Amino acid sequence: MTTTVARDSIRAPQRAGDRVFSTATVVAGSLILAVLAAVAAFLLVQSLPAFVATPADFNGDAANFWAYVWPLAFGTLWSAFLALLIAIPLAIGIALFISHYAPRKLAQGLGYIIDLLAAVPSVVFGLWGIGVLAPLLQPFYTSLVEWFGWIPLFAGPVSGTGRTILTVSIVLAVMVLPIITAICREIFLQTPVLYEEASLALGATRWEMIAMAVLPFGRSGIISASMLGLGRALGETMAVAMVLSPSPQVIFQLLTSQNPTTIAANIALNFPEAHGTGVNILLATGLVLFVITLAVNMVARVIINRRKAFSGAN
Amino acid sequence: MSTTTVAAPLTNSLTAGKLPKYSAVVVLLASWLVTAAVFLIVQLAGISTSFNVAGTLFFGTVLYCIAIYLLSYFVEGVRKAKDRLVTALVTAAFVIALLPLVSLVATTVINGLPAFLTPTFFTSSQRNVVGAGGGALHAVIGTLFITGLATVISVPIGLLSAIYLTEYGRGRLARAITFFVDVMTGIPSIVAGLFAFALFSLLFSDPGIRFGFGGAISLSVLMIPVVVRSSEEMLKLVPNELREAAYALGVPKWLTILKVVLPTSLAGIVTGIMISISRVIGETAPLLIISGFTASMNYDLFKDRMMTLPVFVYTQYANQGTDTQAYLDRAWAGALTLILIVMLLNAIARLIAKLFSPKLGR
Repeated sequence: MTTTVARDSIRAPQRAGDRVFSTATVVAGSLILAVLAAVAAFLLVQSLPAFVATPADFNGDAANFWAYVWPLAFGTLWSAFLALLIAIPLAIGIALFISHYAPRKLAQGLGYIIDLLAAVPSVVFGLWGIGVLAPLLQPFYTSLVEWFGWIPLFAGPVSGTGRTILTVSIVLAVMVLPIITAICREIFLQTPVLYEEASLALGATRWEMIAMAVLPFGRSGIISASMLGLGRALGETMAVAMVLSPSPQVIFQLLTSQNPTTIAANIALNFPEAHGTGVNILLATGLVLFVITLAVNMVARVIINRRKAFSGAN
Repeated sequence: MSTTTVAAPLTNSLTAGKLPKYSAVVVLLASWLVTAAVFLIVQLAGISTSFNVAGTLFFGTVLYCIAIYLLSYFVEGVRKAKDRLVTALVTAAFVIALLPLVSLVATTVINGLPAFLTPTFFTSSQRNVVGAGGGALHAVIGTLFITGLATVISVPIGLLSAIYLTEYGRGRLARAITFFVDVMTGIPSIVAGLFAFALFSLLFSDPGIRFGFGGAISLSVLMIPVVVRSSEEMLKLVPNELREAAYALGVPKWLTILKVVLPTSLAGIVTGIMISISRVIGETAPLLIISGFTASMNYDLFKDRMMTLPVFVYTQYANQGTDTQAYLDRAWAGALTLILIVMLLNAIARLIAKLFSPKLGR
């Protein structure tokens, strides 16, 4: 009765359908990597002429490409930084409200309402920023400059339209809020219930429980969520292009009519009229933006993935 | 807070040294009343002309934070006081986030309705229109064509990649794809547009190329990672027992995926696709770059500039003619149309998810 079956005979037969299907999936998957590589490659090829462009090719008085792109890169980072400064505390508050304060039955609906903010197209945010927010904030800016003008950041003269870098940052903050909130909320909900119950049982108030159990557990999640928000804020185009009255230079004042513009907004405003080397220069600034956001996103993802590995989440 | 809510006897040491339950509401109303009184005096004194509602609510809430902290500090001690302060702040953060959403939707509806309701808005283009009148039909058609083509390109690639990641992928390639799909979700939309422009201007050696197909390609770059992520999550939810049962019956792997795994997760996948469409349908920057803008109808994706709704909103705003109000009205009407489309897609997606999601027996 000893059936000695040869090893090979129980191997599943290779069907043609299987081979076609699995190959198709591999090709599709690899295509994604190829597209990402192609984005980098084509941008690089097309932006090569920009690096040897003469001063005559640039708008303004930049001597070479790096002098041209530096104020734009500064404006991009500065507006994104200000936006995150506003958005992160708010987002953590909202996420805590939804995960730990709101009544259980309402929590999901409230989260959905915040997610709606993410669904609003950026061009609508631009219209809203310039039509509603800027006029609303302008009187406030005037008094801010009057009272706090001695702080360098708020130095005058105040912008008459309210179309300043601070307004832009507020719009950007509203736009990145749902992204940061969504991730923070997920992370806060993953806090082991035992930790929370243990600290409550020891007599902690709700805030002490959050400070001792929830926030330390969610710290790396908050960091990576902020970096994803940063990536979004860096690349946001239309809202900045529409709201800001730009003058490409490195300037820290928040409320004047002289504002550093961002790479993306600069491209959107100048691309339709650009020609010749001008197009290559704009493509090269796009490449710089691509490299910055790619780096930010990769760091964020590495942090998220490392955390996933030890928390056992997902 | 909620630990001692038992109906108290006459004296109960457990509730001693605590504020009564209604104190938070009372203090909030009181601080609003106080600031309202202050602003009323300011108004009566003639310093400002109208009653400042926003100021009342804002400073009233600030006053509430201070008042509840101090009150709780003296009655309940510093720890409880901090807890109440944080509760107030966290709730305020949520309300603050609602303000822009409400304001944005309200402004769009109010400003957008007049032009939105004109009979020509969905029946004519902007061709030969100066000043009022005309419509956005060319933009609606362009948006439908370009987004439709982007969907047709992205869904097969995204879905197959998701199948690879859940059913086949092991090892380095799968890890790389997962990682870079996540990274790709963060690509700025304008970079996707620049990519499409760089690609096609090289291919056709036309330095000023503008056409709808390029817009579809750039939107696909933005859409594929979203489709992959959502479909992957859905495919992961399919219980392994179903696959094993199919294998045990001798069904080949590819048929198992096609006939068992995909139908089970179909509702979730469709939901994900709808949501990814709603993500890209509002993209302006890439279409501005590669599809350009025009005032005429264009049904040909492969030739000439093609208008889309977001770009329509932007150009109506940016290139205002002499009759400024007409252009602004059309911009807001376009924005209203966009928001309606996005909300509709989201609503349908949630409906599908709710109605057709597999009951996993829990």
